[in-house]
Amino acid sequence: MEASYERPDKRRIDELRKIKIVPSVLSRAEGSAYIEWGQNKAIVGVFGPREALPQHIQDPTKALVNYVYRMATFSVPDRKAAKPGRREIEISKVSGEALERAIFVEKFANTTIDIYAYLFDSNAGTRCAALTAASVALADAGIPMRDMVSACAVGRANGTIILDPCKEEEDAEDAVDMPLAIMPRTKEVVLLQMDGLISKEDWKKAFELGVKGCLQVYEIQKSALKEKYEKVKKEEQAVIEYLNEQLESAEDAEDSGETLAGGENLER
Amino acid sequence: MQKTQVKLWQGVKTLRDDILWELQADKVRDYVKRGKRLDERGLYDYRPFKIEFDFSKNADGSCRVTLGETDVIVGVKMELGEPYPDTPDEGSMTVSAEFTPMASPIFEVGPPDEYSIELARVVDRCIREGKAIDFKKLLIEEGKKAWVALIDIYVVNDAGNLFDASSLASLGALLTTKIPKIEGENIVKGEYIGKLEVKKMPLLTTFSKINDTIILDPSINEEKATDARLSVGSTEEKLLCALQKGLSGSFTQAEIEKCFDVAFEKAEVLRTSLKSALASHSG
Repeated sequence: MEASYERPDKRRIDELRKIKIVPSVLSRAEGSAYIEWGQNKAIVGVFGPREALPQHIQDPTKALVNYVYRMATFSVPDRKAAKPGRREIEISKVSGEALERAIFVEKFANTTIDIYAYLFDSNAGTRCAALTAASVALADAGIPMRDMVSACAVGRANGTIILDPCKEEEDAEDAVDMPLAIMPRTKEVVLLQMDGLISKEDWKKAFELGVKGCLQVYEIQKSALKEKYEKVKKEEQAVIEYLNEQLESAEDAEDSGETLAGGENLER
Repeated sequence: MQKTQVKLWQGVKTLRDDILWELQADKVRDYVKRGKRLDERGLYDYRPFKIEFDFSKNADGSCRVTLGETDVIVGVKMELGEPYPDTPDEGSMTVSAEFTPMASPIFEVGPPDEYSIELARVVDRCIREGKAIDFKKLLIEEGKKAWVALIDIYVVNDAGNLFDASSLASLGALLTTKIPKIEGENIVKGEYIGKLEVKKMPLLTTFSKINDTIILDPSINEEKATDARLSVGSTEEKLLCALQKGLSGSFTQAEIEKCFDVAFEKAEVLRTSLKSALASHSG
């Protein structure tokens, strides 16, 4: 790889943009996640497994995975129509299929798992950002999965194979763009798309770099989830302590024959 | 001790289904009858809110507002268009709203339904009639070319009172909107010649009538117990600029007038917060 190539945002050629993931950001969804990936900003909400309606779409052998990828009208330099375009529909399809491999869909016959991913700001690699966040949101919803799905794009600009291309690099003369998602434990590929002209040797180089990127993304996903559960643990601890205090004071009240503040008397 | 108690109550918020909120409606009614609210707010108190500007760099102006757990993101895009034939010397604006399906278990994917259309139109009316924007200043060439402000509301989490959150976020987005540079017929991306002038700060204040009690800023469980809803748009001069009554219940004249007084006072609270958030954002 040429050391001379300097990236527009001064990153190393094998360096991801800054990624921040926060799980459980929506109170009304069963699972959710917010992701910042460079300039990309996405929120993902998950519902299900819930009854698939209308009934004729139900599959008696497995859950449907309904992935909806959408970009806000103002998330791109030229305002986009609110109606979903062909691009959004295609991305929704392949991303849903990628997650289906990871979810134990066979355990939830006749149901649907709905995953909604909305982009509010964008700069290349939005499908990977959305898919990465979706995987965290599924875990947050407690949906049983074989593994996480970790995604990132890899590409080529100005003759150099680069990890996580930004918009400027995607627009290069010889640009190759390859969004990739794997299940990190087995490294099996669950999403793979590519456009651009590339030799088999270069493809191999790019693919291997992409897998490395996905593994870095996996670590970020894991630490985001871990952080959440550590917080939950602390909160539970506080509740347990509170309940213990209540019990103790209830015991005291029982000893002195007083009733509890709630009006209930524990003496039967 | 108090803190832990609040935490325990918050456990209730994880109830997922709308049906469960509806089951809480009786409890809400019972509390309101005694002049109390489930989350211990006063009858005319807003939930805590947060205003974040420039959420989206690709938008010409954007703002995210969380009101309690309600979460709304608004973006503005300035586009070139032809003035309407009846107002050849004015630009224009359009407000639309999308209830994203992740915002609630009962929202579905699809074209805007009557709820999102109502929301968009009431927010539009408040901004338009409150004269937040001087449309004459958006004119470039009479009868031929003018700016169109496209305001798009995305509801991300519906925990009640989308009206006030959306109106606050829309005004916030407009306050940070920049006017793009034009070269010939086209907009130059990412370059700006100045800021959109916002002359007035009209805001919506929404009330909910439960039995015969009126409360401000209904949360989702309170909405399920609501008989009638009233949104009052008002400006800093204490002028009314938009009204919308919703749902099957009714209001008396005295109740409506009481709502106005509270609206003037509470909209000013929102306005002050918006101004100070803006000052710390640009300062």
